[in-house]
Amino acid sequence: MSSGDVLLWIIIPYAAVTAFAVGHWWRYRTDQFSWTSRSTQLLDRRVLGWASPAFHYGALAAVGGHVIGLCIPPSVTEAVGISESFYRWFAAIAGGVAGAVTLIGFVGLVYRRATSDRVRRSTTRMDIATYFLLTVLIVLGCWMTFGYNLITKSPYNYRDTVGEWWRSLFYLHPHVDAVKDAPVIYQLHAIIAWAFWAFFPFSRLVHAWSIPLQYVGRPYILYRRRYGSSRAPIR
Amino acid sequence: MRIRAQVGMVMNLDKCIGCHTCSVTCKQVWTNRPGAEYMWFNDVETKPGLGYPKRWEDQEQWRGGWELDRKGRLRLKAGGRIKKLLSIFSNPDLPQIDDYYEPWTYDYDKLITAPLSKHDPVARARSQLTGKALEEIRWGPNWDDNLAGTAEHIHDDPLTKGIEEQVKATYEQAFMFYLPRICEHCLNPSCVASCPSGAMYKREEDGIVLVDQAKCRGWRFCVSGCPYKKVYFNHNTGKAEKCTLCYPRIEVGLPTICSETCVGRIRYIGLVLYDSDRVEAAASVPDEHDLLDAQRDVFLDPEDPAVRAQAARDGIPDDWIEAARRSPVYALAHRYRVALPLHPEYRTLPMVWYVPPLSPIVNSLETDGYEADPDHVFGAIEAMRIPVDYLANLLSAGDGEVIRDVLRRLAAMRGHMRKREVLGEHDTAMAAAAGMTVDDVEDMYRLLAIAKYDDRYVIPQAHAELADRLMEQQGTCGLDFEGGPGNCGAIAYDSHSEDEAFMLTEDQPAKLDIVQMLGDRRREEEAGG
Repeated sequence: MSSGDVLLWIIIPYAAVTAFAVGHWWRYRTDQFSWTSRSTQLLDRRVLGWASPAFHYGALAAVGGHVIGLCIPPSVTEAVGISESFYRWFAAIAGGVAGAVTLIGFVGLVYRRATSDRVRRSTTRMDIATYFLLTVLIVLGCWMTFGYNLITKSPYNYRDTVGEWWRSLFYLHPHVDAVKDAPVIYQLHAIIAWAFWAFFPFSRLVHAWSIPLQYVGRPYILYRRRYGSSRAPIR
Repeated sequence: MRIRAQVGMVMNLDKCIGCHTCSVTCKQVWTNRPGAEYMWFNDVETKPGLGYPKRWEDQEQWRGGWELDRKGRLRLKAGGRIKKLLSIFSNPDLPQIDDYYEPWTYDYDKLITAPLSKHDPVARARSQLTGKALEEIRWGPNWDDNLAGTAEHIHDDPLTKGIEEQVKATYEQAFMFYLPRICEHCLNPSCVASCPSGAMYKREEDGIVLVDQAKCRGWRFCVSGCPYKKVYFNHNTGKAEKCTLCYPRIEVGLPTICSETCVGRIRYIGLVLYDSDRVEAAASVPDEHDLLDAQRDVFLDPEDPAVRAQAARDGIPDDWIEAARRSPVYALAHRYRVALPLHPEYRTLPMVWYVPPLSPIVNSLETDGYEADPDHVFGAIEAMRIPVDYLANLLSAGDGEVIRDVLRRLAAMRGHMRKREVLGEHDTAMAAAAGMTVDDVEDMYRLLAIAKYDDRYVIPQAHAELADRLMEQQGTCGLDFEGGPGNCGAIAYDSHSEDEAFMLTEDQPAKLDIVQMLGDRRREEEAGG
């Protein structure tokens, strides 16, 4: 194992996980005021109406696909009776749809941000970095799904290589050999993804953790007391 | 029954001169910041007119407020919770900033840096959104002030729907009045109900509706959920903002900035005691015309000993109960019944109420002797320049009889006082004809016409001393609140994001040994110096 391999497949992942965890803790503790979707819908609703839902729903589906594909080892899916070829076709088609929808929405959002004076001017440097990382991730991801899994006669089985290494990181026993011979595009996607996770807590992407599911079950009108919760009569 | 106190406001439209002082002072205090340029927590609209944002009153377009479903249950007009969550990535009902206006400034610098030339330099308008020069400004705050340009789009005013015949734009038949607007601090606030994050809340003590800036995640459903369009989205911070009813002033017994600086002295602030258990039922009455009485029934009479006893049991301080007895808001809304809620049909039970304006008589009723005959005073109501139906669309869900009743009382008050002061006659006929006692009429006159400062504003101070909590803050740093400049470098105070600024909550008391800490600091300084 070369020192380059150690850097790429061990140090970078653990550094990114650390930045991800500590970054979120720090941001949540010190800076909730900036914890927002920072929507620009008020400034310009053009394109946003279809592009934003497409991007967000596509991305949520893609994240779900990654969780299934990376966390569940092939031995488990086969044990419950899902054949390798069925899994591959399902993952490639569902992933292809999710990726395409994400990409179309993303292109719409980038186009809007670039062509609307108001939105462009409200774009921060962090936003630009976010867009850059997302562009690389989404393009590489779609390329892999379409070029290496969907429109090919010999699909690449990433679950036994990249997935194996990814899971091994969490056993604290990194299996570098599994990933170091993977196609460059898979390696690149993985490295950029770690950079993305390290960057995540410092960007506006944190609003992803605030999907307000609790809204479904709470009372409509919320009251708050200003001075503690004492209900004793006051004289 | 669960009694709560609410700080409410009444504005006497009869006296508003449309000077915009309230808007200007409010803006200076609250929204003079990047991202808030277009926001007016207080604005004054000319009626008839499009309003701010344009056509905000058309809920078929904006879908704010509440409605009843087929089974008669109250629900948000914009749809249920699941529908909201599914459309969270692009709110279909959100106004565009152009519906308010594109904020701009001028190249003032040009005026002093331009080289000597034959012509005076010109400060060009610049958009505060794009920074680019604006060739032509097409809309702005109070663009249609005093009916400017209204002739072209008078029937775009949603209130003229159905009464187009009565609302004319020709000079001889035109009418107008001013409508100052702030947040209604509703008893049944649809903005709070629309907020998916739970960042918006109504304060239990005084009913003020606020946005927790730390918890707001910018989902912007409050903006579309408020039928009055009085929650705004700051495009710089990505958070919602709204009128705070100047709570830092209210808490120390001072009126809001808009009220304090009101030139016409049209504003009244006072407490109303209400039964919060009956709010939902009152907002759910089937007939829109019953909403006014339903809301009045939620208010509780502070003269009733049983109400006062229950209020004390529910934790309302004694001085607040006393203040509720002297409340000008309760008097105008409930005792004299001359104040009316703005658009009760939105079912939010708003708490900023309005006394509708009397206006000049269109035909020649105002001649000798009309003051002497109460019948003529009341006959004149129908002949007033502002159509009753227009006021009804604004203040009583279209029920003209409510407006006539209020105008009759106001006209009777004028006639009664004119008789007393000008003719020296004391007679009870006019008051009786309006269904009031002479004492009531004269008290109402004192409140509306004399309008002493202490009668207009009856605001009890907040009980900040509760539970001796201030003792715990002694010696800590006053700047150490969420978003504040810091802890003075001395004390590692463990702040909590959910705490409201300026206060400690019961589950998060400061655990500080002040004596120990001051001693440590002194020893450090001695060692260092």
